[in-house]
Amino acid sequence: MTKNILLQSGRLIDPSNQRDEVVDILITDGIIESIKPKISVTGDHTVIDLKNKVVAPGFIDIHVHLREPGYEHKETIETGTFSAAYGGFTAVCCMPNTNPAIDDESIVTFITTQGKKVHNGIVDVFPIASVSKAREGKTLAPIAELVHAGAVGLSDDGAPVFDAKVMRRALEYAKMYNVPVMQHCEIPELAHGGVMNEGRVSTELGLPGIPGVAEEIMIARDLLLSEYTNSRYHVCHMSTAVAVDLVRQGKKKGIQVTCEVTPHHFTVTDEIVRSYDTNTKMNPPLRTQNDIDAIKAGLQDGTIDVIATDHAPHSLDEKEVDYIQAPFGIVGLETAIGLCITELVEKKFLTLGQLIEKLSINPRKIIGKEIRVSEGEPANLTFFDPSVEWKVEIAKFKSKSKNSPFDGRMLKGKAVGIYNHGSLLMY
Amino acid sequence: MALSSRHLLGLQGMPQDDIVKILDTAISFKEILNRPIKKVPTLQGKTIVNLFFENSTRTRTSFELAERRLSADVLSFAASASSVTKGETLKDTARNIEAMKIDMVVIRHNAAGTADFLSKVIKANIINAGDGQHEHPTQGLLDMYTLREKFGKLEGLHVCIVGDILHSRVARSNIFGLQTMGAKVSVCGPATLIPRGIEQLGVDVYHHIDDILPKVDALNVLRIQLEREAGGYFPSLREFHRYFGLTKERLDRANKPITILHPGPINRDVELSADVADGPHSVILEQVLNGVAIRMAVLYLLGASE
Repeated sequence: MTKNILLQSGRLIDPSNQRDEVVDILITDGIIESIKPKISVTGDHTVIDLKNKVVAPGFIDIHVHLREPGYEHKETIETGTFSAAYGGFTAVCCMPNTNPAIDDESIVTFITTQGKKVHNGIVDVFPIASVSKAREGKTLAPIAELVHAGAVGLSDDGAPVFDAKVMRRALEYAKMYNVPVMQHCEIPELAHGGVMNEGRVSTELGLPGIPGVAEEIMIARDLLLSEYTNSRYHVCHMSTAVAVDLVRQGKKKGIQVTCEVTPHHFTVTDEIVRSYDTNTKMNPPLRTQNDIDAIKAGLQDGTIDVIATDHAPHSLDEKEVDYIQAPFGIVGLETAIGLCITELVEKKFLTLGQLIEKLSINPRKIIGKEIRVSEGEPANLTFFDPSVEWKVEIAKFKSKSKNSPFDGRMLKGKAVGIYNHGSLLMY
Repeated sequence: MALSSRHLLGLQGMPQDDIVKILDTAISFKEILNRPIKKVPTLQGKTIVNLFFENSTRTRTSFELAERRLSADVLSFAASASSVTKGETLKDTARNIEAMKIDMVVIRHNAAGTADFLSKVIKANIINAGDGQHEHPTQGLLDMYTLREKFGKLEGLHVCIVGDILHSRVARSNIFGLQTMGAKVSVCGPATLIPRGIEQLGVDVYHHIDDILPKVDALNVLRIQLEREAGGYFPSLREFHRYFGLTKERLDRANKPITILHPGPINRDVELSADVADGPHSVILEQVLNGVAIRMAVLYLLGASE
């Protein structure tokens, strides 16, 4: 089998090189040999026609729950990375709320080893280790060992680091190893028992609410701690207008803060909870139109660095219960590009180049896994069709779980393939 | 004759015509309840299951009585006796019941949305007998019936719901139903027990009971769950009674008769003093009788639609 591939007539958009042009790309043994307007080849080459398709630096989702070890009935490293590959991602960061939690170097090693083994390692798996032992928020996990084993960030995601003293120490300690502390922002006492956004809709439905202020207070506290310790702080899945503004003000002050939003938080509001569909239940919850508008503005002005999916698989049985009992979370890898193009690019909030920054350039910078689309560099690429219209069919998801509120939704834009570590996957 | 829906899940969005139809139908059933022979053959051959995942002697008794008065075959499940405690999902429980060819299911559950959920997974007619803090439509209907009987109409009435609005499904069903019928609804309670955004439903919010008394025709006084004190929603039951409890002297200061409703069971001398509960303007026991008539009307109208 040949390892020489010619990508023909794709529109290469690489914001890190200010590049946006239709080119041919020749890849030999996994390395970009040549990028030229027109390349003619002789001999044994696989030629891929990418006319009207976009070629971008490989996308990364820095907020994914692969569920392994511990919850293999929801997802495994194999099925989760398969889902990522079909969603157009060449890399994922997996969150540590596994069982056991990723709080020991042996688990980091297990995950990265397994990640290299499945699908020829076409999707890089970069573990996020826990901040605290067993994610209990009490004492620091062995951060240095975890980072040296391969962890690229720290988070107790699923739960906040609620103790301010532990958070302070985590920020100080993580700084020595240049990894971000990625916070699930929530004041537990304020969010306690809530299952959806607190507001008019929760009042009408009689469902306990999670107020936006539960998220915002934690961000405000952490921004001050980040400033005080001069450390890198990353806000996970930000969901409210006030939160966006807090981060905006923080950046203006020079605080080393970055943040991410999920596609569902800029696509749907708490109105869809009226269906009592448990696939509308996630944490943070779906908010209001005002929050969506603020998130889109934050994406536009650069306050929001990253789009990440918070891919959170749950089995059908787990979700097919009443709303209060149902677990939080939805899958997101296979709808991400479609939702981003439909809601952000088509509606003129972002250019394709800006979208690529938020799906590849910025998140890779945050975790220190930058790539370059240049001659002589390893080829790590995402191919997508920005104008194809398609219907979401959860039954066709590669993820082991199908818990998405977007079944049947028409989207514009879809990945068509990826290339990484010498492997090509076109679908 | 039939209602516009096969189920009674809540009063939100229920057309005015349906509400009027239920209230009117209940008039004739109330007449039957006052006869020496109180049973009619209307639902003979129909099987109804009362699925009560939450304790409720009153509502369950009222439904059972209504069902038996209509000659239906009745099965009642209490949560402790069913397999729910063994970890069976609601869906499995429901499907098992359906496999037994049940015509109608009356469900009470501590989680909002369960009646709605059930209506999507099984074919029987579903009647919501209270789902978490969401709705309790038959209570809303019987409250409206009682008010209409007393005042002759609902349009233009001003009703204030008093107490723990946050956790109350009765409050929500009353708000949705009464507003559809053209009544004005206000709420009065401690700020900690008023749900966020309720004013967006067109409800005026009060925190001082003396401010609302001169303005209203009726007060629907909610039961205060005693565990709310421990939950920290207010400092003490004594303080609650002092500032939100209804006493005769407080009502006397309003200088006009105000009708008192209460969904029961009453915590005497917490939300209501005994002389108000048993006083001349209390319609609390009428509500109990009307509850049976309303439930008969609902069962009849839904059963008749098949």
